[in-house]
Order: sequence, then structure tokens, then C-alpha cells
Amino acid sequence: MSAEEKKPKERIGVYVCHCGSNIAGVVNVAEVSKWAGEQLASEGVVVSRDYKFMCSSLGQELIQKDIKEMGLTRVVVAACSPHLHEATFRNACKGAGLNPYLCELVSIREQVSWVHTDKVAATEKAKAIISGGVARVAHHEPLEPLRVPIHPATLVVGGGIAGIQAALEIADAGFPVYLVEREPSIGGHMAQFDKTFPTLDCSACILTPKMVQVGNHPNITLLTWSEVTKVDGYVGNFVATINKRARYVNTKDCTGCGICQEKCPKKVIDDVFEAGIGYRKAVYTPFPQAVPKYPVIDRENCTYFLKGTCKACEKFCPTGAINFNQQDETISVEVGNIILATGWQLFDARRVPNYGYGRLANVFTSMEFERLSNAAGPTGGNIVLRDGHTIPKAVGIVHCVGSRDKNYNNYCSSICCMQSLKFAHLVHEKTGATVYNFYIDIRTPAKGYDEFYQRLIEEGTLFVRGKVAEVTDAARNPGEEGKLIVQVEDTLAGKQRRIPLDMVILSAGLEPRADSKAVAKIFGISCSADGWFIERHPKLDPVATMTEGVYIAGVVQGPKDIPASVAQGAAAAARVLGKIQQKEIALEPVRATINEARCSGCRICNNLCPFNAILFHEDKMVSEVNPALCQGCGTCIAACPAGAITGTGFSNEQILSQIEGLLMVNLKSLPLPVEQ
Amino acid sequence: MTEETKPFEPVIIGFTCNWCSYRAADMAGISRMKYAPNVRLIRLMCSGRLDPTFVFKAFASGADAVLISGCHPGDCHYAVQNYKALRRFLLMKRVLAPMGVEVGRLKLVWASAAEGAIFAKEVNQFVEEVRKLGPLNWNKEVGGAVAEPIKEEVAA
Repeated sequence: MSAEEKKPKERIGVYVCHCGSNIAGVVNVAEVSKWAGEQLASEGVVVSRDYKFMCSSLGQELIQKDIKEMGLTRVVVAACSPHLHEATFRNACKGAGLNPYLCELVSIREQVSWVHTDKVAATEKAKAIISGGVARVAHHEPLEPLRVPIHPATLVVGGGIAGIQAALEIADAGFPVYLVEREPSIGGHMAQFDKTFPTLDCSACILTPKMVQVGNHPNITLLTWSEVTKVDGYVGNFVATINKRARYVNTKDCTGCGICQEKCPKKVIDDVFEAGIGYRKAVYTPFPQAVPKYPVIDRENCTYFLKGTCKACEKFCPTGAINFNQQDETISVEVGNIILATGWQLFDARRVPNYGYGRLANVFTSMEFERLSNAAGPTGGNIVLRDGHTIPKAVGIVHCVGSRDKNYNNYCSSICCMQSLKFAHLVHEKTGATVYNFYIDIRTPAKGYDEFYQRLIEEGTLFVRGKVAEVTDAARNPGEEGKLIVQVEDTLAGKQRRIPLDMVILSAGLEPRADSKAVAKIFGISCSADGWFIERHPKLDPVATMTEGVYIAGVVQGPKDIPASVAQGAAAAARVLGKIQQKEIALEPVRATINEARCSGCRICNNLCPFNAILFHEDKMVSEVNPALCQGCGTCIAACPAGAITGTGFSNEQILSQIEGLLMVNLKSLPLPVEQ
Repeated sequence: MTEETKPFEPVIIGFTCNWCSYRAADMAGISRMKYAPNVRLIRLMCSGRLDPTFVFKAFASGADAVLISGCHPGDCHYAVQNYKALRRFLLMKRVLAPMGVEVGRLKLVWASAAEGAIFAKEVNQFVEEVRKLGPLNWNKEVGGAVAEPIKEEVAA
């Protein structure tokens, strides 16, 4: 198909951005612009310009002026990634009266100038990419965005501090919230902590009022002991399926008096709330201030469920609230937006065998220490050794356990330095013991944090810079007998030390929950290589995800402290409120349609659609796409043997022309093959 | 360096998914990772949109190789459509071989939005592989008699 034969239908404008020196530093933009104006004239290019910043208002005005004065029918902007400025240039076109979908943004920054160093090759590639964009844009069609209503309710998953904050912000603004929590009570990890750094506020004292607010809020439907199992639909119109596990307690009748817990004969080690160092009953609330106040019966451990007899709780319940016949319930709720605040789990310190956790009794994890130090914990807040009564005289705190270590996790868990300093203070205050901190670097970057570090130095906490090699009970001299010995290279003094201690606390890092990948899949979002949920933009859009209508908040996005989690919870809520207030949302009109006349009724497409968007009309023997369910992936288009399915925005004509366009430069610039 | 001794620079068309590999390419750019300038990308909404025609069209129009990239198995934005891309990829390899196109000219890469480094590494590796294969020469391999009608059909 030669260029001379076809007469271009469209009047196309090409705009090449310098992006300061970001593009112009590598790509010869003036040459590219001139080339496009001359060489692509046969493709319909009537004007080609370069400008320092196309995204600036002056740059946009340049395009708008050309549209109006030169009667452009298509626009190609060669600049950054469409994920950054596609909306900007579409709006500019719209402002000049051109349908926004007749504009194509091609990336010569992320795909050319930022990744290539050879200026000649980069300039040639930029030309090819523009040629592809010009060929493609000729086949663009004017489109209208799909407008869908936004359901005013929001689903918040995870009842830790981030989820609590998000739920309260939305509920306070007057919109309904479903807050789903896996455990019997909301509160999350923050409820387990003793104090919070650097202010040393009592964690429960600042958290529980918020929990009560959630419990009493008329706009919040609290679903604890529940899990989301399935999510259907799309932004504005999600349907979430939630499995409500049987509590075996009628919440209408239960007063939360706690007699059932008192009378239950079955003691169970509490691995969750008490981090394995305390007990709970088989019928329990995790802690006294639990919200909701109603207990649950843990059927894996309840004597009645195991042996068929007991029912002590039922006998003693003054209101007859125990009901062993309850069944798990599956409910579905309609929501417009979803906030995921599913949190984290502690790095398993057993994975570092040389630190002896699980083998050496007096090696504790950070979470165990929190419970040990907590006045509501199993020891009533007494910091004692595993024997339950000995007060330690020398305590070591090991930083970066499982973090900043290529054997485990490369990342910094962000909170462990401050947490370790807090532990040091608490040990010092409560026991008067000598405290050692074994650190690689001390990281105290937030408000009041470094001041706290200075305070600890003044309190007399000892700091040893070096990664601990081993924690052992193998004594080498009588002074080490019966002690835990920390073997560490003191990198500041430049020597090996062996420090005998009574107690070692491992400041274990934060990890994504073991099921984070499965959860991500349910909600249609993705995880980083480490397993944290990926935000839409690492700097400018930290709480949105690639999936419209699904937001993330708190540690699930990456390690962070309480203030940052609260800020993200509120930020996610603000984003959701913005959406709800708009009442409807404009979606990209990327959808598939089936041409009835060409459809042979083979039904190949029917089973390919994961959203069940294609229905088959038995009477007419043709398939049809339901545009409300279609998500626009285009798999059916590619599979249709009759070519009866087309996709807006990504039609066969558009892609095939783009391929030709991308390769045209190649064909012209290569020397003609010598005939043999 | 004279014209004759210049190394062969293959031209590769890359099909990327809007949700993962296109963003991986963006990530490579944002992180200023360097890779060979031989790949020209086309954005699709999903690797499942990849019509085999696109691949044949690219070869017919002069591409030396084609890169297909999508979300990791299990991570597809549209649930499972990357598996369909995988199926088509395997099928296309079997179809291309008898046409005289070396199977090494078609490559499938999984890259998530966070994996800019993997994307850049795979591109570099692929460019080197194709460089070794030399220019696409399917006419010579099987004769114009077979290739030409296909070329026309694909162009139609």
C-alpha cells in the first residue's frame, strides 16, 4: 500500500514535547518535528510543532489554536506516558471542540529519552513511535465516556487503625460504611501495643475511643468475625460477598457481661492477641475493651464442638444468648467503593535460627514484649523472664530482624528503630535493667522521633552498632554461665564483643499477610514482589490502585507507623468521598460490541469472558455483549473467527495501522536489499 | 565504522498490557534504567487482546521479532485472560515455524507494573537473541510462493 495511492481523510497535528531537557536532552525534537511534518504529510499530518512543555497552559493553547484555525481533526502528542498526561491533552482537545478521544498521546519520554543513551537511535525510535501514533489516530472514533452511578456505600476491609480511621471519616460525612474484620473485635495490632512512640501515649487509651465510635456509629455496619470471599462488579457498583462466621452468641440478647468467659473450662493459648504468651477461653473476646462487646465461640477448641458435651456457657448465661445452632451466613452488600486496610503480620523470628527464638526461652519477639509490658497483658505489665517472675538485669534489643537482610526481606520495616527505642525506655523505666540496642543504622525521621532517640541516649541506654551474629546460651567463661550471650561485631569500636544478657528482644520486621496475594486477587489489584499492595503512583497517588474504585490504606501498602496509617486511612476516605459526591463516574469507553450480521453464533467468545458479559440469543443464534458488564479486555475480539467483534479504542484497524506506522520508518531507512 | 561492519539492529514490535507490562516500561523509564532502543511498544488493554493477526502483521510489515508481555499468571487484571495469551503464544510458535520464522523471534515475558528492571533486562536479552538470528528472512527460507499470499492475506 503506497502512500501516494491513498488520500488522507484526516487533518492531523503532531506536537512534540521537549519536557525541558527530559526529552530534548536525548531526542533531537526539532528534527523529529520537522521530519513528521514532511514525511508524514502523506499520512495526513498538516502541522507539526515542538514546544518546551506541551502540558503547560501555553503548550495546550498552541494545540487548541491549531485545532480551531487549521481545522485539525486528529491530534498526536509525543510526550510522556499516557498514564500521566493523557487526560490533560484530551481535555485540551475537548476545550477546542474536538472529541477528546481523537487525541493520541505517544510516549517518547518513558519509552525513549529516559531509557536510551544513543541519541541517534533514540531520535529514530521517536520518529517511529510518532509514525505509529499518526497511523493509529487516523482510525480513532469520537467516543463518549460511559457514565455510571456511584453507590453511596463503601466497603472497608480490615478493622485496624487505618480501616477505623477510613470508616469514621466516611461515616461522619454521612455515608454508609460496611467495616469487615476477620477477628472477633476491631482494633488490629494497635490494640495489642503497650505504648506508642515517641509520646509514650497508652495505645489502648487513644485507640479505644475510636473503636467505640465505630461501634456506635449509625452509618457503620460492623461485620466482625467475617471475611470478604468474592467481589463482583466495577467501580460504583461492586457486589461483595461476605462470609459471616457463626458466633454462637445471639448479639441481640448478649450484654457482654463476660460470665461465659469466666465459666468456660477450656483454656486456649492465644496466638493472635496475646502473641502466644497468654491464654484465652474457647468463648472469648480478645480483650476487655473489644468492639463489639459480644464474644465468639471458637469451634475448633470448644469442648462442646469437640466432644458433644459441656455447654457451660449456655447454662450460666443470664440472658440465654448462647446458641449452638447458629450457622455461618453468607451475605452480599452493594458498595460503590472499597478501601483495603488489611494490615500486616510479624516476621517469623524462627526463620533466623542463629537468634535462637523458639529454642532459647528468654529470646522474645517484639510483639511478645508488647504484651509483656502491657498492663492488660498476661503478666499485668511486669517485664519478667519466661519463668514468669525473674526480673531481668540486662536486656538486649536486636534491630532489623528479618528486615534489611537479603536472606529475608530487603526492605526497611520503618518502625523497628523507634519501637526498639520505646522498648529500651520501658525496660529501663520498669526494671532498671541495663539495656543494649544492637543496630545497623538508627532511623528516626519523623516529628519528635530523633528527640526521643536523644532522650534514650541521655537515659543511659547503650548502643552497639553492628549486626548481631548470634544469640547463644553456650557459655565460654563463668561470667556467661546461665546467660544469653549476644555475639556482635561492634563496628564503631572495630572489635568483636560477647555480651551476656538475661533477656533478648528481637525487633522483628513487618511482613505482608501470608494471604495477601489471594486477597489482592479477590479485589483485582496487584502486589509488589515483596507482597505489599501496589499503589497507583508511588508519590502522587499513594492510596488509589490500578483498579478504579479500590483504595488501599495503612501497612498493607508498605511498612509505616501509626500516624502514617491514620493519614492514609483518612486520605483513602477523602478519595472515596470525592467519588460519592460526584454521584456518577465517567469510565473509559473501552468496550466490545458484536456485529450481529457477522456473528455466526459459534459461541467461542461466550466462554472466554471472565465477567459473563457475553450472552447468547438462542432465537437469533447470535451473541451480544452487555456493555455494563464488559470490562474491555478485548479477549473476545481477538478470538472471534468471524471478525464480528470490535473494540472501541483498541480496534483491529487501530492496532494494525499502528504496527504499520511503527515499522514504516524501518522500511524506508533500511538500504534496499541487493537482488541476487 | 563503515556501513558493512555495523552490527545488525533488529526492529522488534512489543505488545504490552495496559495494567502491567506497559507500566513496567513506564517504571523502567521513571527509574532511568537503560535498555536497547530496538523495541517499539504497542499498548493493549490486556495481553488477551492480542489477536494472532497482529503478530503476523508485524512480521509481514518488516519486524524482525515480536515481544508479547502480560501480567504474571494469576495476576491478570481481567482475571484469567493472560492464560489465553499464553495459549495463543504457544499456538503461534507452532504456526510460525513452518512459515520459516524461527520460534526464537517470538517471545513471551511476564512483567508486573513494579518490574521495570525485569522488563529492561528481558528486552536487552531478547535484542541480543534476535541479533544472533539476523534479519527476518522468511521469503528465502520457504520461498516467495508460500510467503507472498500469506503476506497479502495478512495485509487484507
